[in-house]
Amino acid sequence: MSTLPVLKPADFASDQDVRWCPGCGDYSILAQMKKVLPDLGFPREKTVFISGIGCSSRFPYYMNTYGMHSIHGRAPTFATGLKTTRPELMVWVITGDGDALSIGGNHFIHALRRNLDINIVLFNNRIYGLTKGQYSPTSVEGQITKSTPMGSIDHPLSPLSVALAAEATFVARSIDAHVKHLGETLKRAASHKGASLVEVYQNCNVFNDGAMAYAQERKQRADNVVELEHGKPLIFANGTKGIRLVGTHLEIVNTADVPADDLLIHDEKDPNPSIHMMMARMSYPAMPEPIGVLRSVEGVPTYDDQINDQVATATENKGDGDLDALFTSGDTWTVE
Amino acid sequence: MASPKTSKDVQSVSGITVRLAGDSGDGMQLLGTQLTNTSALAGNDVATFPDFPAEIRAPRGTRAGVSGFQVQFASEEIFTPGDTLDALVVMNPAAMVTNLDDLRHGGILIANEDGFNEKEFKLAKVDSNPLDANVLEETYRIIKVPMTKLTREAVSEFGLGTKVADRCKNFFAMGLVYWLFGRSLDPTLRFIQAKFSNKPDIAAANEAALRAGWAFGETTEAFGESYQVEAAELKPGIYRNIMGNQALAWGLIAASKVSDKDLFYGTYPITPASDILHELTKYKHFGVKTFQAEDEIAAVCSTIGAAFGGSMAVTASSGPGIALKAEGMGLGMILELPMIIINVQRGGPSTGLPTKTEQSDLLQGMYGRNGEAPLPVLAPRSPADCFDIAVEAWRLAVECMVPVMILSDGYIANGSEPWKIPTMSEIAPITISHPEGTDESEPFMPYARDEYLARPWAIPGTPGLMHRVGGLEKEAGSGNVSYDPANHQHMTDMRAAKVAKIAERIPKQDVSGPETGDVLVVSWGGTYGACHTAVSRCRTDGHSVSHAHLRYLNPMPSNIGELLRSFKKVIVAELNSGQLRLLLRAEHLVDCIGVNKVQGKPFTVTELVAAIEQESNAIKDDSRLKAC
Repeated sequence: MSTLPVLKPADFASDQDVRWCPGCGDYSILAQMKKVLPDLGFPREKTVFISGIGCSSRFPYYMNTYGMHSIHGRAPTFATGLKTTRPELMVWVITGDGDALSIGGNHFIHALRRNLDINIVLFNNRIYGLTKGQYSPTSVEGQITKSTPMGSIDHPLSPLSVALAAEATFVARSIDAHVKHLGETLKRAASHKGASLVEVYQNCNVFNDGAMAYAQERKQRADNVVELEHGKPLIFANGTKGIRLVGTHLEIVNTADVPADDLLIHDEKDPNPSIHMMMARMSYPAMPEPIGVLRSVEGVPTYDDQINDQVATATENKGDGDLDALFTSGDTWTVE
Repeated sequence: MASPKTSKDVQSVSGITVRLAGDSGDGMQLLGTQLTNTSALAGNDVATFPDFPAEIRAPRGTRAGVSGFQVQFASEEIFTPGDTLDALVVMNPAAMVTNLDDLRHGGILIANEDGFNEKEFKLAKVDSNPLDANVLEETYRIIKVPMTKLTREAVSEFGLGTKVADRCKNFFAMGLVYWLFGRSLDPTLRFIQAKFSNKPDIAAANEAALRAGWAFGETTEAFGESYQVEAAELKPGIYRNIMGNQALAWGLIAASKVSDKDLFYGTYPITPASDILHELTKYKHFGVKTFQAEDEIAAVCSTIGAAFGGSMAVTASSGPGIALKAEGMGLGMILELPMIIINVQRGGPSTGLPTKTEQSDLLQGMYGRNGEAPLPVLAPRSPADCFDIAVEAWRLAVECMVPVMILSDGYIANGSEPWKIPTMSEIAPITISHPEGTDESEPFMPYARDEYLARPWAIPGTPGLMHRVGGLEKEAGSGNVSYDPANHQHMTDMRAAKVAKIAERIPKQDVSGPETGDVLVVSWGGTYGACHTAVSRCRTDGHSVSHAHLRYLNPMPSNIGELLRSFKKVIVAELNSGQLRLLLRAEHLVDCIGVNKVQGKPFTVTELVAAIEQESNAIKDDSRLKAC
């Protein structure tokens, strides 16, 4: 009797030197990924990381799995071709805020709305790092950067809102510095059948240091972040505050002032994304920001399954294709 | 149900060129396709040229809305749809005024006179009835037929509304054309039964209209005789009529079968390439997966993803879409993964002339990527040749681990010709081996090279061969990211040499005619038929002229330079402003004379003959002068 070898995080490290800046949030995400993968018990050779362009997109080079460092914004499209033809593989897409939401916005929404069974991890540092500090589609209004000396006039885009608008079946957020939460969230994404999006708040300590300190720093986090749990009320600030649904919006209440069942109970399985969308719109400083799994709807057919099912059904109905028969079908004539 | 036989005289002719022209909604493409198939089934050689507007329903009755279909059928081997028309069928004034110039003097003009009224004159922007022009009677044989009225009478018993009844008039026209050229009604009767099997009254009405058109020809005094074109002497075998895009699709499936691979086709709809998608998606039971992507970039990148996974991966588009795919093609090239990229060329630049043909993407195919990124480029010469080119492209792609580009064009894609059907056992297998798994005791070298300079195609799922590919320059052997100057030089040279080495394995360039002489005509792609016919005609007329038609454009066959230098003059004929000419001059330092045209139309044989005669006569005059 043979058993599968028990893998350790180090087995997932490639022989390449990691070249992110010292102190970059990417290190934490890489470490968590290496820690989570052995727990999934999935063979390394059936695991593929595909990335676009940007700091985060160097990720595949550091993993001892199959990988592709592709072109800017297009990682979901390579994943589509790979996963539809090799559905037995576990395919991860590693992307950033510029890669997924600016140059690759189109592919991001289409991969999600098709419910391709892949896991997209979006490293959101709200800045362009690899091109040295221009604003990104998630940079806040007024942000001073190299390309916005008088402040950004773009309205930022929320990755979670975009994903929910595309009716993604799994939408979550975590934080680079919150390592335990990050590991659990990645694990949840991996076990979801269908397209998964995990937005990770990732600190760029060179070009946008502390942009999300309100959520990343342990001391501030309690007051500014709601950790979502399915079936549990939305509470934060060490249980002193909660979120209540009033009409079509959410508001903060003191838990001492309201009955417990007034608080919004999180239902990640609700097929209707409306309340998930309200949560995605909660943003600092007016509201605490949700982390964890906003939405996880199982049982929706995946694109890769369906494309292969159609091939199987056609073959079942018509038999294996016979080219000689096809060539001579219809009108033919013979020259003696 | 059998086809009737004529009791009038029959004159035998060697070939007929006929064009059917009407409004976009008049069903001219259907009529043309039916006439083509029927002629092919009669054993004729056929060549077609459908010509239609880019708009789905351009304003009715206008010149812009005219849709035409030209077919030549002959008792000898032919290579073009013909220059001038022996017969022209027009359904309205717009069709007449836009096509009459191509009808030869003495040719037959058949007009649906019910389509010629004040309203139609206004739409066609003509002052008076063009059928009344005095000069017409002297120049052509004019047959005016009240097709709308006769069709309504023929189908009256089926109680259809006028609108539906009028839609049958293309079948009336078809019946008349079939009578005139001695075609059997049977194939079209079978087509009607199959097409309208759910609508028996429409099927019956169309059949009645078809038979009425035939009967009109048989009884009218306007025609004293009909014409018969005997079967052509083609090589023995089983034939069918095939269109270029269909042949490409079938060739791709055949290539997937002989290489034991499933076919993945990632694409985005674009004229004139979309029919490849429509065709392939019918054949899921052949293991074909089609993916209609969100855009052209997603299409090419999904193809690269499928290739990485070990599938036979193909994408196709036309010029504007190929422009969008450029970055993806460059990645496919540096990753060194096999795939096929098809460009069904159309008139450019930008959106250009979507439904018209052109060969102006040759340099885009050769160089349209950033950096040093050469790809093999092949071009089919005719609709049926698309099948062989598809198989050949895949063979080269896997042999060299490289994306291969196929340059088809709108003329080939929508044109059709008889195809001698091969059996699958005749197609040489394409052997693909993926490296087997290891225990990781030896490091895997994904960028090691074999005798063709190709790297191993190790696919995800194989234990011990885990590796990362990407668009950053790679270290030779290991494939790790490398910024080393000497390594970049080495890898650039290797990728170029890999493509260049193909020239050692492909056939030498063949020449039609002597391998030395006064004039060599060089052509590529869909202009083959016109060039071949023009050169043959000139040689018959005593000119020293030969023809070399390139199917391999990158690399070109190894003897091409020697060949160019074996003639006093080289003419390069192409539907662009001189792109192949530029390549030949640059590569071989041989001066070339361009014969170029960008009018959205193929060459006529006449214009090529004129160009050849001019150069040939100049050489003769020159040698006479020297002799004096």
